[in-house]
Amino acid sequence: MAEEILIVKGLSKFFGGLRAVDGLDFSLAEGRIQAVIGPNGAGKTTLFNLLTGFILPSEGSFFFIGKKLNGLKPHQIVSLGIGRTFQNLEIFSNMSVLENVMVGRHCRTRAGILSSGLRFPRMRKEEKAIRDRAMEELIFLGLERRVSRPAGSLPLGEQKLLEIARALATDPKLLLLDEPAGGLNIRETARLGEIIHRIRERGITIMLVEHDMSLVMEISDEVMVMNFGKKIAEGPPRLIQRNPQVIAAYLGEEVNHA
Amino acid sequence: MVMAIFIAAFPPLTGMNNYWVGILIFVGIHSMTTMGLSLLMGYAGQISLGHAAFYGIGAYSSGVLTTKFGIHPIGAFGFGILLSAAIAFLVGKPTLRLKGHYMAVATLGFGEIVFIFFNQLSSLTGGPSGLSDIPSLRIAGHPLEGKAYLYLVWAFVFLFLIFSLNLINSRMGRALRALHSSERAAGAMGVDASLCKLQVFILSAIYASMAGSLYAHYVTFISPSSFGLMFSILLLMMVVVGGTESIWGAMLGTAMLTLLPEYLRGLEDFEMLVYGAILTFSLLFMPHGVLEGARKLLIREEKEKAKDG
Repeated sequence: MAEEILIVKGLSKFFGGLRAVDGLDFSLAEGRIQAVIGPNGAGKTTLFNLLTGFILPSEGSFFFIGKKLNGLKPHQIVSLGIGRTFQNLEIFSNMSVLENVMVGRHCRTRAGILSSGLRFPRMRKEEKAIRDRAMEELIFLGLERRVSRPAGSLPLGEQKLLEIARALATDPKLLLLDEPAGGLNIRETARLGEIIHRIRERGITIMLVEHDMSLVMEISDEVMVMNFGKKIAEGPPRLIQRNPQVIAAYLGEEVNHA
Repeated sequence: MVMAIFIAAFPPLTGMNNYWVGILIFVGIHSMTTMGLSLLMGYAGQISLGHAAFYGIGAYSSGVLTTKFGIHPIGAFGFGILLSAAIAFLVGKPTLRLKGHYMAVATLGFGEIVFIFFNQLSSLTGGPSGLSDIPSLRIAGHPLEGKAYLYLVWAFVFLFLIFSLNLINSRMGRALRALHSSERAAGAMGVDASLCKLQVFILSAIYASMAGSLYAHYVTFISPSSFGLMFSILLLMMVVVGGTESIWGAMLGTAMLTLLPEYLRGLEDFEMLVYGAILTFSLLFMPHGVLEGARKLLIREEKEKAKDG
């Protein structure tokens, strides 16, 4: 069994009376692809927002490579190695495709105002390294022909890939993908599945929220099912498909607890 | 193209009389301040209503330290920079952590406080009647006057411009533009929003302070009325009229609003009326600034030419 990269203990987020995430416990082994599924409003995106510091937990804690991350800000968490994409695209539409990915290197580089304004030699060297690395990620995702296009002018499918390229540029150990296949056609989704496998081959652990079940079943090692903020099932995809509680959560059937 | 407009707007440098030299010095000094404001507004998305105060801090640092304490102008210049940076840090630190326009309100209040200090600290600043006999800058005993001062000011403008353009095309500049587009995504890339905004605010305060020092040594007499809210608003207007999205826009707006009153002087009683009308129309028809407006016009013309041909 590989080492556990992420351990979540009793994690909860309450919005007023709403228990968006309610006492969640789980752990994630290094190098795995874990899917998080569940009906709309199950708390999947809230979970991602908790893990990346965009919202603070009401209760509970989570540990990443043995380090407690509660209360850290997003920019601190990404520098520790958790990268993410967003459900509703959040690309920097006023910048070029290459520049978008270059921003991803922010947490791994240092140049400040003075050295940037005066173009110190060290800054120029760093700038070149940023550019080269951003180029590599664009090639990795097959966007190399879009380099100088304004990011906002790309079709949706490519904007989704651009978000992944940008997140990869942050050198994540764990990558959180929030509905990466949302809005993609069948061909694009198939390509995405292949890309996710190649990301894992780079040694990056992946957690994804996804509604496209065929993609989830095809690529994930493990599936966690959430409903009303709670984990209702966990296991390999084949078993999850047959789990009566999961079927009930999706189809709205009454579960027989007897 | 921008350079062409600049050259066209200015009478030729050779055979220029002192009147025009003076105006061009002011265009330069104002540009130094508006470049910083442009970085703050166009890139960091923050509005400052207190930049006249930083300009004033630079001017009074130079004025007071050279006349009352006999400190060398370069030392006074440096003191102004440090003081402005420190004050910008104190004002910016708590306000830039908040989202929204707290910055505008905080700087408005700060500007007023500084204005009151200039008026009330009469033993140092001379109070409302001002501070006179500020020494001119000298190089090897020769005072820098007229065209020599023009070159000095524009050398600073040039350096600020290079620095700012470098900054925009760097890690910090990209972080700022990213923040402007999506603060959430920028955070997920490791950009510390409040730190970035604070740094730019401090930089813009330093720009303003340096401009203020150059102003004090040029006019040799300063009084609080030059550093009030109206001047802060005028600086903002220069950036907005030119276009907040680029440094060039800020420079163009600064040149326009500094030169316009000179061109309109002949209208006498109607001067302010026409001035106001020009500002209103430029904002109505070119909401993204004159620079962007002119660019769009040019593109349209080219398209029409292409159609005809």
